[in-house]
Amino acid sequence: MSYGSDDRRMQAEPGTEGLNRSTMVNTPKIRMRGVRKAFGPKRVLDGVDLDVAAGQGVVILGGSGSGKSVTIKCILGLITPDEGIIEIDGVDVLKLPRREREALGDRIGMLFQNGALFDSLPVWENVCFKLLAQNRITRAKARDRAAEVLAQVGLAETVGDLSPAELSGGMQKRVALARAIAAQPDIIFFDEPTTGLDPIMGAVIDGLIVDCVKRLGATAVSITHDMASARRIGETAAMIHKGRIVWTGPAGNLGHSGNAMVDQFANGLREGPIQMELRR
Amino acid sequence: MAAILLDPLAAIGRATLGACRAVGDVALFALEGVSHLVRPPFYGRLFWHAFVEVAWFSLPVVALTAVFTGMVLALQSYTGFARFNAQSAIASVVVISLVRELGPVLAALMVAGRIGASFAAEIGTMRVTDQIDALTTLSTNPMKYLVAPRLLAATLALPLLVLVADVLGVMGGWLIGTLKLGFVSAAYLKSTFDFLQTGDVISGLVKAAAFGFIIALMGTWCGYRSKGGAQGVGGATTAAVVASSILILALDYVLTEIFFAQ
Ligand SMILES: Nc1ncnc2c1ncn2[C@@H]1O[C@H](COP(=O)(O)OP(=O)(O)OP(=O)(O)O)[C@@H](O)[C@H]1O
Ligand SMILES: [Mg+2]
Repeated sequence: MSYGSDDRRMQAEPGTEGLNRSTMVNTPKIRMRGVRKAFGPKRVLDGVDLDVAAGQGVVILGGSGSGKSVTIKCILGLITPDEGIIEIDGVDVLKLPRREREALGDRIGMLFQNGALFDSLPVWENVCFKLLAQNRITRAKARDRAAEVLAQVGLAETVGDLSPAELSGGMQKRVALARAIAAQPDIIFFDEPTTGLDPIMGAVIDGLIVDCVKRLGATAVSITHDMASARRIGETAAMIHKGRIVWTGPAGNLGHSGNAMVDQFANGLREGPIQMELRR
Repeated sequence: MAAILLDPLAAIGRATLGACRAVGDVALFALEGVSHLVRPPFYGRLFWHAFVEVAWFSLPVVALTAVFTGMVLALQSYTGFARFNAQSAIASVVVISLVRELGPVLAALMVAGRIGASFAAEIGTMRVTDQIDALTTLSTNPMKYLVAPRLLAATLALPLLVLVADVLGVMGGWLIGTLKLGFVSAAYLKSTFDFLQTGDVISGLVKAAAFGFIIALMGTWCGYRSKGGAQGVGGATTAAVVASSILILALDYVLTEIFFAQ
């Protein structure tokens, strides 16, 4: 049984890498232009422009409540933006008929910020949910596959038979991560993958995300508040503030990027251009 | 509050618009849910799970309700009919009112409390914890996965429950008739079946199926549209029970009118 499609394997081969790099300059994997979204009177996204190149790891940074989760939910089609363009592989997803849009979703994985595990199903069925839904695997094989993916996120096989409610917060996060990557998607979104994990497990998960990008040739968009993790998993970083992307640059430069806002955020300084709206 | 006092017309208008929007939304939701019943993939396991939940686990509640209703009916009609020396009509009055009216309505109201609330709470919790969004990202249509099996299960389970309720209700009446009111058992049963027509039973079962659909529809719809955390789920649960109870009684009138006209 093979889980990844063959063209994805080819992408990961070093020989074809140069070719992919040149084509991806023309069509980014994900392209957002002028995306706006308001909930009632509250403007959350105010013209987001973002390009994510194929096979790249991108981290999105920004203060709490700045609209990071809303941004990726817009790309996933879970929230419909008020205006703007969202393209995946050059196709405007907002204009696609529903069936084609669903087909596009088959190749996308998502880790929700709060896990969003199905508490009516045991862990192993959660992990292999997509493979089972797409009939890519039998139920008997799904157990083995679940054990394999659970091992990747540092969980024992026995965890597979528990219900999500019986797990600690960090374990739930790792199961959710396992569920997001089990079907080996082309594009993966991670909403705060390492929040709530201990530092060592955080580093392990970061390694896993890098692995998905490097080995499977996936495109990974991660949201994180952890600068060390951002530098590890991202080649590129984008900073969102007041509903707009205010800076994009190499993730290695975080903290000394030259942009006052980014440096304040990355270094966790109280003084700077970003004023937290606190009442004294 | 002040706004209602100051501008009652605007408040009435807003409420009317809101109600129209809700009715339209429920109708579209129902259409979409039903349309998934004829398009694969089908979730047989989920259907069976919901069916057992509705039919089997509601059985004790519905059975008790039916038995006591039958007993009360026999007692009450005796007090009334004795005044006209018409005691012999008691058995047929009990069976006809049970089969045509009280069986379906009381069973449906009991099930609305149990099942409507549990559907709304379960789906509502899934909504506010992003599980419904997660279904979408896992190549699964939430309407097909969560709503369609429940609609079918409740629509099929309610007629079965009502059939049981009919039998047990008649038994309750027979118990009182023979033990307390001095009827001969065979005579009571004979007059029960002499006056009962197939149409009575069938109209009751059709009503039951319609009520089952309403219960599942309001439960899933209220849950699916809920927002705002635990409080939102609580509100959805209450709304599901209240709305389905009222709709059951209203629909009962409409259906009775239709059957009566024939
Ligand atoms: N469904 C919704 N309805 C109304 N408002 C919403 C909804 N979803 C998000 N918001 C609002 O949008 C804003 C951005 O939310 P979002 O979840 O994107 O924040 P975030 O950047 O992910 O923050 P955090 O780092 O804390 O997760 C918040 O102020 C929130 O109140
Ligand atoms: Mg968030």
